[in-house]
Amino acid sequence: MNIEDYKGVFTFAQQVHGELSNVSLELIGKARDLAADLETNVSVVLLGHQIGHLAKELVAFGADRVIVIDDPVLDEYRTEPYTQGLTAIIDAYKPEIVLFGATAIGRDLAPRVAGRVHTGLTADCTSLDIDPEKKEFRMTRPAFGGNVMATIICPEFRPAMATVRPGVMVKELRDDQREGEIVTFDYTFVENQAYFQIEEVIKKVSHKIDITEAKVLVSGGRGLGDANCFDLLQGLADALGGEVSCSRAVVDAGWLPKEHQVGQTGKTVRPQLYIACGISGAIQHLAGMEEADYIVAINKDPDAPIFNVADVGIVGDLHRIVPLLTEKILAEKEK
Amino acid sequence: MKIIVCIKQVPDTTEVRLDPKTGTLIREGVPSIMNPDDKSGLEAALRLKDEHGAHVSVISMGPPQAKEMLREALAMGADEAYLVTDRAFAASDTWATSSILAAAISKLDYDLIITGRQAIDGDTAQVGPEMAEHLGIPNVSYAEEIQLEEGSILVKRQFEDFSHMVRAKFPALITALGELNTPRYMTPGAIFDAWRNKEITEWNRADVPVEDSNIGYRGSPTRVAKSFPKTMKSPGMKIEEGVEESVEFILDKLKEKYLL
Repeated sequence: MNIEDYKGVFTFAQQVHGELSNVSLELIGKARDLAADLETNVSVVLLGHQIGHLAKELVAFGADRVIVIDDPVLDEYRTEPYTQGLTAIIDAYKPEIVLFGATAIGRDLAPRVAGRVHTGLTADCTSLDIDPEKKEFRMTRPAFGGNVMATIICPEFRPAMATVRPGVMVKELRDDQREGEIVTFDYTFVENQAYFQIEEVIKKVSHKIDITEAKVLVSGGRGLGDANCFDLLQGLADALGGEVSCSRAVVDAGWLPKEHQVGQTGKTVRPQLYIACGISGAIQHLAGMEEADYIVAINKDPDAPIFNVADVGIVGDLHRIVPLLTEKILAEKEK
Repeated sequence: MKIIVCIKQVPDTTEVRLDPKTGTLIREGVPSIMNPDDKSGLEAALRLKDEHGAHVSVISMGPPQAKEMLREALAMGADEAYLVTDRAFAASDTWATSSILAAAISKLDYDLIITGRQAIDGDTAQVGPEMAEHLGIPNVSYAEEIQLEEGSILVKRQFEDFSHMVRAKFPALITALGELNTPRYMTPGAIFDAWRNKEITEWNRADVPVEDSNIGYRGSPTRVAKSFPKTMKSPGMKIEEGVEESVEFILDKLKEKYLL
């Protein structure tokens, strides 16, 4: 392998049932930064069936080129045909970097592709950059339960591949005037032993509570006053598509079962958004949630330690703020 | 039916504490456990064994102390255990680890391979799919339900807001979610048996048919350039205003961060 032959930043545009996932647009935003530092351009790989209309959207969000395979075999996501398509594109175009969203699809597809093209893959990155001197691609990710950060490089293999945590990178503003090339890639899929059949698509997953998987957590502490106040938090969590969690004091008081508990003796969570309501922020609680990407704290006590880790701190009465916030968010979603 | 379950011994990262002065990890006193998703994978295999009859092997790559965990797996009901261990395998990334494990597994007969979705120390979720790629078999990730049918397996495969019901023909690999089941406890008789009477097969470098270029540090495409403690975040903005203003402030911030 001559690594000098590999040029360009590629991203995988995840679409589910004809809709682009938000992370696909975030990846393009990041890819543009990387491509600028490497003096190259951004190509986006779009796989699916009857998804041609999405190519223009990808251009509007910053793709210089969109490479499309449109085939009935790609209608629902399946590991093997997506791997075949993407690998064929990598073989043909030889990109330097390929980025995926760290989603249930990206984290399935990327390792299979990395295995097939024999290259390095870094999971669940929260920061990507180019070393200004060596022009080396650096991928930074949390490790060891989020207690340590590690910067990973892929010096001898190409493309360097990474999955990127959704919600971390920032997408560009949509610009429908932007111009980009749209290329249809011809590929004949070969059914092999690694294919499987999809018998059924189940659109709604049954509601199971796993606070470690939730993207949004609305969390309550002793400041709630009593168990009934969790209806307030549940309302806000529902409006945000999240779950309710709590501090140890709440479990000890018997207001919620232990599976909801965040902290040293509970669960360690890393949601995109953590809203702490009436939680003072004991060190044992902070240990379980300070990795959250964005923390909003609402507490009556201006000196509560929770404010030391909060991105947004609101000194006030949660019993009045939470209902209004819920109402406004629901109104926002109606728009 | 022959099932192989891949299990990893991991530090219980939920027990990890940071030294408040230096911000570094305190590793002392942190217990080693069977990775939770792997344990659910093992439980799934044992349930298939209970219901349909199966031979369940467990395999792990790691240092000699991983034998403790393999004995735990035997005490839960696994029929045999393999430890793939050699200094030459140390510092392997996911490519190298999956190459080594796939090569070791290729020496065994199997219909189904089960791995956990991801290990709590690395959180990559890559070794299972990469192994399936090396072995040329399908992988069905994120299994939340498993049913056995003649010559194939029916798996409910979880995505963020939908699921697939997938049918894969044997041989196949699936990666198990923790919520698949609640793993059983070891029984006293089985514990006695596992620690006193059962053997763990140890495979070293020479026993695993894998090329030198695919193992250890030199066989790993990715390298750790540096690692550093997560810096404690600095506090953000704090406001003390009326209810309306507070709510507007939160809404603005959430929009700014694309959280709404």
